[in-house]
Amino acid sequence: MEHITFLVAVVIITALAFDFTNGFHDTANAMATSIATGALKPKVAVTIAAVLNFAGAFLSVKVATTISGGIVNEKAGIQPSIIFAALVGAILWNLLTWLRGLPSSSSHALYGGLIGATVVGVGLNGVNFDIVATKILIPAVASPLVAGLAAWGATKLAYVITRGGREETTEKGFRRGQMFTSSLISLAHGTNDAQKTMGIITLTLVSVGALKPGALPPTWVIVSAGAAIALGTYMGGWRIIRSMGNGLTEIRPRQGLATETAAATVILTSTHMGFGLSTTQVCSGGIMGAGLGGPKRELRWSLVRRMVYTWGLTLPAAATVAGIAAFVADQGSWGVALVGAALVSGSAAMWFISRRQPVHAGNVNDVQEVEVPATAVPTPATTTVAA
Amino acid sequence: MHIKWDALAQTAGLSFAITVAVVAAFSLGILALSRREAAQEAVRSGIPGAGSGNLALAGAALSFSVCASVVFYGITLIAGR
Repeated sequence: MEHITFLVAVVIITALAFDFTNGFHDTANAMATSIATGALKPKVAVTIAAVLNFAGAFLSVKVATTISGGIVNEKAGIQPSIIFAALVGAILWNLLTWLRGLPSSSSHALYGGLIGATVVGVGLNGVNFDIVATKILIPAVASPLVAGLAAWGATKLAYVITRGGREETTEKGFRRGQMFTSSLISLAHGTNDAQKTMGIITLTLVSVGALKPGALPPTWVIVSAGAAIALGTYMGGWRIIRSMGNGLTEIRPRQGLATETAAATVILTSTHMGFGLSTTQVCSGGIMGAGLGGPKRELRWSLVRRMVYTWGLTLPAAATVAGIAAFVADQGSWGVALVGAALVSGSAAMWFISRRQPVHAGNVNDVQEVEVPATAVPTPATTTVAA
Repeated sequence: MHIKWDALAQTAGLSFAITVAVVAAFSLGILALSRREAAQEAVRSGIPGAGSGNLALAGAALSFSVCASVVFYGITLIAGR
């Protein structure tokens, strides 16, 4: 391992940091609806999700041999500094959307970061824009609609079929079922997203000659990527869990099961058919469909609008930040240090702002929306666990 | 640029069909459990002609095993990637 330079070490640490934000950003996808219906207690839910994300990391390493599935041309001179810049853009965007309680796609943030950093560091020819359109943009539009439609239909049908049954037995049964469906989403998430980090670390090691090209991720990479995503998941992105579980609509057990089944199905079918997609967008789309398909037919459109804007912004915003970071990091070691300092101070600032209005396992099911006023006076934090 | 519209449509249709089928099977299972509870209570309270609800229980078991096998197939898809 004598090949590992300072920069490579920084990239590995940053990749694990991204993996961590990926974990807590996406806990909501699998667990928000189960927490909202009371199928799982908040702490139990994040524990199950963490364990399954960790387990998922070991299930497969097939996609870990590529960072991006061909979105950037990995052979066109992707240097560790470019990967570093991409990660910085992705992490900062993930934290900003978490602060606002908005579920945005961690994968899109990472892809956006890679695109921005590659355009600045390598040039436009480093990015395969065809693949960006077919692999990211089209699924990004189609998948939430499909999941929403499926969840809508399934919710309607579930209400019709169980109309004659006893309400109490029915709700209890659907809560039980939710445990399985949300677990399946967690497992799929761990397999998919932990592999992205493994891929980044592996390719960084390959780029400096510490590993042979085409090598599978070493065990320590698999373990650390799995651990980072599990730890992040366990922290629970409570702000996002709240907006997904309670912000969009009131979720009853039938809707919860329909949403989770739709999300799991869409994720698995499309991955099987070779479409990459955002777990976050699929799950949010499912919740929206279930909200409209439920007996109250309600949806808070203001939040839907904000989510959709955020989805649209994720790719360009992460790309812009990563592009700037790539330019600075390209100036030499001081540039890398400067970008690193900006990342740490930016993350710390957002964490401190989040303390003004902490959301945690204890108040995650309160209906009040997360709002971060621009000029709020900091109040002393009284809660212990929050993220 | 080549967009695989047929694959996209197939994915969308399959996703919709599987989701609705699984939730329908699950709902039927829950309905059957609910019926069985009602039948057992009827037996306990001595209502004449009340069935034991065993048929309902068998129906529930069938429905849930359909769901379970779909979930199992899902796990093999995750692991096999």
